[in-house]
Amino acid sequence: MKVRAQIGKVLNLDKCIGCHTCSVTCKNVWTTREGVEYAWFNNVETKPGTGYPTDWENQKRWNGGWSRSKSGKLHPKQGSKWRIMANIFANPSMPEIDDYYEPFDFDHDHLKSAPDMNAFPTARPRSKITGERMEKIEKGPNWEEILGGEFAKRSADYNFDKVQKDIYGEYENTFMMYLPRLCEHCLNPTCSASCPSGAIYKREEDGIVLIDQEKCRGWRMCISGCPYKKVYYNWDTGKSEKCTFCYPRIESGQPTVCSETCVGRIRYLGVILYDADKIEAAASAERETDLYGAQLDVFLDPNDPDVIAAARRDGVPEDWIEAAKISPIWKMAMEWKVAFPLHPEYRTLPMVWYIPPLSPIQNAAQAGQIAMSDQMPDVRSLRIPVQYLANMLTAGDEEPIVHALERMSAMRLYMRALTVDGVRDEGIAARVGMSGRMIEDMYKIMAIADYEDRFAIPTAHREQNEAGADIRGGCGFTDGNGCSSGETGKTSLFGGKKKSFALPLESF
Amino acid sequence: MFEGFDINFIIFGVMPYVALTVFLVGSIARYERDPFTWKSSSSQLLRSKQLIWGSILFHVGILTVFFGHLVGLFTPVWVLDALGVPYGLKQWMAVLIGGPAGLAALIGGTMLIHRRLTDPRIRATSTTLDILIMILIWLQLAIGLLTITQSLQHMDGAEMIRFMEWSQSVVTWNVNAWVTVVDVHWLFKLHIFLGLIITMLFPFTRLVHIWSGFAAPFRYLLTRPGYQIVRSRRRPLEERRRAYDARQGKAGPKATTPAQ
Repeated sequence: MKVRAQIGKVLNLDKCIGCHTCSVTCKNVWTTREGVEYAWFNNVETKPGTGYPTDWENQKRWNGGWSRSKSGKLHPKQGSKWRIMANIFANPSMPEIDDYYEPFDFDHDHLKSAPDMNAFPTARPRSKITGERMEKIEKGPNWEEILGGEFAKRSADYNFDKVQKDIYGEYENTFMMYLPRLCEHCLNPTCSASCPSGAIYKREEDGIVLIDQEKCRGWRMCISGCPYKKVYYNWDTGKSEKCTFCYPRIESGQPTVCSETCVGRIRYLGVILYDADKIEAAASAERETDLYGAQLDVFLDPNDPDVIAAARRDGVPEDWIEAAKISPIWKMAMEWKVAFPLHPEYRTLPMVWYIPPLSPIQNAAQAGQIAMSDQMPDVRSLRIPVQYLANMLTAGDEEPIVHALERMSAMRLYMRALTVDGVRDEGIAARVGMSGRMIEDMYKIMAIADYEDRFAIPTAHREQNEAGADIRGGCGFTDGNGCSSGETGKTSLFGGKKKSFALPLESF
Repeated sequence: MFEGFDINFIIFGVMPYVALTVFLVGSIARYERDPFTWKSSSSQLLRSKQLIWGSILFHVGILTVFFGHLVGLFTPVWVLDALGVPYGLKQWMAVLIGGPAGLAALIGGTMLIHRRLTDPRIRATSTTLDILIMILIWLQLAIGLLTITQSLQHMDGAEMIRFMEWSQSVVTWNVNAWVTVVDVHWLFKLHIFLGLIITMLFPFTRLVHIWSGFAAPFRYLLTRPGYQIVRSRRRPLEERRRAYDARQGKAGPKATTPAQ
């Protein structure tokens, strides 16, 4: 057993209202610079839809994630190391900026500077790349907002696999949900595996996956390697960038910006202990539907004395072990089994998980009554097809999704009985294999979602690992150019004073 | 004072040392002082069109030509003699391998220049040096291909041997190296001169990615055993475990049991 800790994340889609506060605050903090205007480290998609960049889930087209060979070995779907090196001159699987959208801004200055004219001056869009006028905006970061566009195009959504999708184009049967997406900070990331320079690494202490901006050479294999398309090429600096999980905030015990500002309180952060020795076997599980279960097996129970002893021996700090015990992530993923990884079939073992949304009972209007099974609304008749959610979260296996939705719906029934009738109905809890106390805890964390219940983030222990004198006069956080002149993308031989922050490497 | 002064001495006797010094010192300085700017500057994101074919043709061609020059110029003549390779045969090989490769690189380079100059996105994001270095390399390829017309007129390999001697004299600190190439055709001279200019510009342009391009396969294929990389600020895991075990061992006898 090799115990490591990671700050995991869960997004409760049942409560996402699609307000994009996460995306906007993230952009304001991280990607308002030239070269990454088009990049959204966090974005919110309306589903069903093809998403951003268009059709990102279609790995037949983009070759992201991992492939399992007949012998059970894993290699990136875009090719093993040799194939990746052979494609270094031109990457055949890389999206073009038009697959995201051409970044633009409006010509606001024209409103002020326009001369006296017959027609009212307007602010027309201009490309942020060329500065030219754009006659027609063909795409944006959220082009399918609230089911925008025709169903024929949106229904290219990969999650409609094995779903009779035609009826969902009809107005009466249509459904939608929001899917906020960010880097998954995977246990088995394909971006780092694809990087010929070795610039992308996972941090041992907190599991955050980062790109070393000084080692990145712009070979752009990570862009196609990442199945979530969450590594972005900065066309100005010529380096790849991605969600940093707001590590300067996480290190000081604060939630990421997207989590902090989430008005729906849908985002949770907490410690997950995992066994690094089990990653490879879990990611290589033969059947895709086994991958979700295999990842659960990688996680370690923070209340198990053997795990605690091993964690201490492997150097996990005491407060991290304590944080793991109260982690909302552990509760949602492991105890209640209501959270799931996004597309486990990519074999990356993602660490940002999702609670599937409940939706109105579909047949109620037609039949004049709500479809019930065992005194509970039948979650299979929810407006959002279970198969659709399963394709997104469990590689198509409906059972775990049904189980989670039933628990969430039981939580509502139980709390309704408690608050309206004043009855603690243990029967409702028992039907979904829970106890009244568990449901009340679940209610407190998932429904009330107080700040201190959502976030249990221990601080980083830099004092144990770094000598303060070495950091004195260092550059602190920059957007990549270290202590250099500050201008990005400009050649200079003699950049400013450099302080080395080189960390020891371990590759496996 | 300038009696007997020969411009050839400056270009073929002095300039190689200047160029190599700038090349090496400049590369090291940039790598050390400003690694953030060390990159391939790929523009594939902005436009794939013309890049896929252009880039592959250009790179495969120019790498073949590069290694051809490296091996061809720096293999000592006595090695050829020992192996019994006739000079004429070597020259034929150079023409037959270098010719098509140079042509591929020139076609690819033409596509890339056309793309860089005419595509509004690529044009807007190009630096002056990006365009300059591309044009210089294109010219160098064109001149290199034109020298084949001269080579074909004397396929005995004698002239090729002179270039080998010149290159090898330069790297063996022979100050009289320049004499060997004073009276070759001006196309060859121009080719060498332009080559030295490109070498000098190397550390200031995107060409530095060539270093990384050669290093990447070694690092990726040979020195990285698996796929994943983990960085840690802590001490190595084994050390941590040993320290913990030692602490436990020491703490063991002193620990009080509930009975006590």
